[in-house]
Amino acid sequence: MDESDEDPKTGLRTPENPSSLRLHDRSHLDHTVLVMAPMSCALCQNAKAILKRPKTGQQICKECFFFVFETEVHNTIIQAHLFEPGDRVAIGASGGKDSTVLAYVMKTLNERYNYGLELFLLSIDEGITGYRDDSLETVKRNQQQYNMPLKILSYEELYGWTMDAIVAEIGKKNNCTFCGVFRRQALDRGASALEVDHIVTGHNADDIAETVLMNIMRGDIARLGRCTQICTRGEDTIKRSKPFKYAYEKEIVMYAYFKKLDYFSTECIYSPDAYRGHARTFLKDLEAARPSAIIDIIHSGEAFELREDIKATQKQQQTCKRCGYMSSNDLCKACTLLEGLERGMAGSVITDRARKKLDAMGPAPDNLRTIPHFQSPRPAVSIQSPSQES
Amino acid sequence: MSTITVKVEFGGGLELLFGNKRVHSISLPSFVPADNTIAPSSPPNSETPLLAESDDPPLPANGPIPDPMKGLGEMKAKPLDVQYLMHYLRSRLLTERPELFMDGDTVRPGVLVLINDTDWELEGEGTYEISDGDEIVFISTLHGG
Repeated sequence: MDESDEDPKTGLRTPENPSSLRLHDRSHLDHTVLVMAPMSCALCQNAKAILKRPKTGQQICKECFFFVFETEVHNTIIQAHLFEPGDRVAIGASGGKDSTVLAYVMKTLNERYNYGLELFLLSIDEGITGYRDDSLETVKRNQQQYNMPLKILSYEELYGWTMDAIVAEIGKKNNCTFCGVFRRQALDRGASALEVDHIVTGHNADDIAETVLMNIMRGDIARLGRCTQICTRGEDTIKRSKPFKYAYEKEIVMYAYFKKLDYFSTECIYSPDAYRGHARTFLKDLEAARPSAIIDIIHSGEAFELREDIKATQKQQQTCKRCGYMSSNDLCKACTLLEGLERGMAGSVITDRARKKLDAMGPAPDNLRTIPHFQSPRPAVSIQSPSQES
Repeated sequence: MSTITVKVEFGGGLELLFGNKRVHSISLPSFVPADNTIAPSSPPNSETPLLAESDDPPLPANGPIPDPMKGLGEMKAKPLDVQYLMHYLRSRLLTERPELFMDGDTVRPGVLVLINDTDWELEGEGTYEISDGDEIVFISTLHGG
């Protein structure tokens, strides 16, 4: 095996890494040859190639693919020092492809490299009939297949509202805002309930590149700075990280296909996030033209540096006056959204301007629902790295 | 004319565009129009020149099809390839939202294709010539994580 081929960083740093440039160029030359004869694996030179890696252009066989995919995730974990032996780690599990592959790979790596982690599955039930109830069945099967404890926490339990009820109240427009804000907090609170140290999510390289593009287009520099971080610190010192940060969606789906993993793949029945949809289509078009575009965009996002005087104008993190969750305003986003729902003015809490209008209607009633907070047994330390929904 | 039978499988949510059926067995002629023209499936009053000489009854979407080269005169033919198969699937089997399956002459970016369990990027993509018994899998990567 060629040493540079084995290096999982190959291709990750395309602009600085001459060997990956060479590989990339070579793959173009190979294309005409490929059509003529089956290629053997670029790594083991032996078995028939079954996949062209989008990151490097290499053609590799099934066994080498499993090995490099898992090893790259392992190297991502090791290089970022994500875990300590004995850590309790919750895998945010939706039943979809990314989290299913993540659960499988985390279990595999934990056993192969003796991470010494205690793994849990944590699922959020948004209360979407015909969608989440079906995908939770997949998670329950994963629980059996992977032999991991599963915790399901519902929006109904936490917020008193299911997504079905929210959509009945506000319609399909903007409902993704509610779902996204509520899910993030639900994951943190579920993690507190499980007393875990760490939440890992299935966000992949495509997702992160998409978010970089969205934050650039929206001019959201605060989120742009955060969204490429592999690990952020959430509520009560619970860390959140993305072991698939450098894993291409194509490889995740191929991995699930070749490993015959059981995942759920129905689109949410409520309108998809239109803005993300545009970024996604654009990114997929870029990838079709130049597969390294995804990793290149992540690197661009990582390289953005905020000027100190601009940084100083950014809002400071504080805790929500109502529920105690970290927040950049007096009230956290979830409490703001919930207040709008409870007061029948849900449509008016999406923007700051609308929020002012809501305030002008008078103070919040005293009997407003408070989002239950699961106390972590560990003492809370000061939050160093602000972390919000990327 | 000889017929080629190919197994087509949809996954990752793409099956929802094809009547929620994952596996289809498709029979197609070994030579097809080079411009990927697909005869309409209900041709009785069709004015399509393609079918001008055809007395064939309307066909079930998945059934055998008549020689699409029939009546084409000097129109160019090519061996059956994946590109023709995709046009055929879109015209005959797809039941909704065609834009989620194809974009121009190829799959929509984000749809993965495997030919006999090999990434189609290693097999010439749309130009791959289909043999009898081949298995082609289309997987959408576009649904939730």
